[in-house]
Amino acid sequence: MNLNLTLIGQLIAFTIFVIFCMKYVWPPISGALAERQKKIAEGLDAADKAARDLESAKSQIEDELKQARTQVTELLEQANKRSSQIVEEAQDKARAEAEKIMASAQAQIAQDAAQARESLRADVAKLAVVGAERVLGATVDQAAHKKLLAELAEEL
Amino acid sequence: MALQNPTPSEYIQHHLTNLTYGYHPDNGWSFAHGAQEASEMGFLAIHVDTMAWSVGLGIFFCWLFRVGAKAAHAGVPTGVLNFVELMVEFVDKSVKETFHGTSSLIAPLALTICCWIFLMNLMDLVPVDLAPYLFMAAGVEYMKIVPTTDVNATLGMSIGVFLLIIFYSIQIKGVGGFLGELTLQPFGKWMIPFNLLLEGVGLIAKPISLALRLFGNLYAGELIFILIALLPFYLQWFLSVPWAIFHILVIVLQAFIFMMLTIVYLSMAHEHH
Repeated sequence: MNLNLTLIGQLIAFTIFVIFCMKYVWPPISGALAERQKKIAEGLDAADKAARDLESAKSQIEDELKQARTQVTELLEQANKRSSQIVEEAQDKARAEAEKIMASAQAQIAQDAAQARESLRADVAKLAVVGAERVLGATVDQAAHKKLLAELAEEL
Repeated sequence: MALQNPTPSEYIQHHLTNLTYGYHPDNGWSFAHGAQEASEMGFLAIHVDTMAWSVGLGIFFCWLFRVGAKAAHAGVPTGVLNFVELMVEFVDKSVKETFHGTSSLIAPLALTICCWIFLMNLMDLVPVDLAPYLFMAAGVEYMKIVPTTDVNATLGMSIGVFLLIIFYSIQIKGVGGFLGELTLQPFGKWMIPFNLLLEGVGLIAKPISLALRLFGNLYAGELIFILIALLPFYLQWFLSVPWAIFHILVIVLQAFIFMMLTIVYLSMAHEHH
């Protein structure tokens, strides 16, 4: 338990170790710790921001969905209207066409009937003449009885 | 001193003697044979075992923490870095709680003190006979492996702290402020000699108490291990194990106390009274 040069030696060793620690050990470690602290804080901030972004994105999606839904119902309505309109138009057209066809058919029929009546009338006049000739036994003078024949044909 | 069937007092004496190299008036520069010769060497001697173990442990501390410092990065820490960061954060927190100035020295100083003293104290848990017998077999007469049971080691550190106290007192308050603090309180300028005596004692007591507290605790612990080693072998474990377990607390506590008091003294040196 003597005080001796060991005291000085220890003092020097202590000084060297402290300086070493101060120069080469403490700064990198405390720097890394501070940097990590910063990084963690930044990470937490980013997470918060991401959560907020997610929230706003969700509400945006909600809005857009709502908008899309109303758009779809509008479109459906329009389509329905349009389809019924087309159907109506087609019906109108078909009706008009049918009427036209019917009218032309009726005109044709009337024309045919008139023609038939005309030819019948002529035939009857001829038959009447032939009949009369047979009854009278003589040829009816066409020219002489022309007026009479015409009157007869008129009456038929 | 022969270790073949030593008397208890010889045994204790042997285990408490440092391996001393120095200038002996009769033998010149040589290793001391026995405590008597060592004390005759006076101041011109060096405890080779204290120096070797303390410097070795200091280098181990520097190496370990340098490995951690090189691996330091802001990502996920692993391995040595975990431990090193744990220590750095613990010391940093202790310093910040007590010391409110800015200093790039105090935190690393506290870390060095804490770890180095802990490592030196840890040697106390090595079985007391192991190192002396191993070195005896290698032809080395004495080997005391706990540097903090050598008052030179503890006083060397506390003088370092003392020099820092004076340095910071003068740096912060100026020479006049420091001298004023020593002489003009607590009783005003008419009692300067008395004030100087009181404050001087207070100032000197800081390094002395730092050194002797650590030395006393570890020396006493070592002595009790040696005394237990003198008991019959079937009783030794019964006392040695509880004492060793208790001593784990002591070695950590003493390292922590030395560190905290250093921080407190240095922060006192930074403050105006």
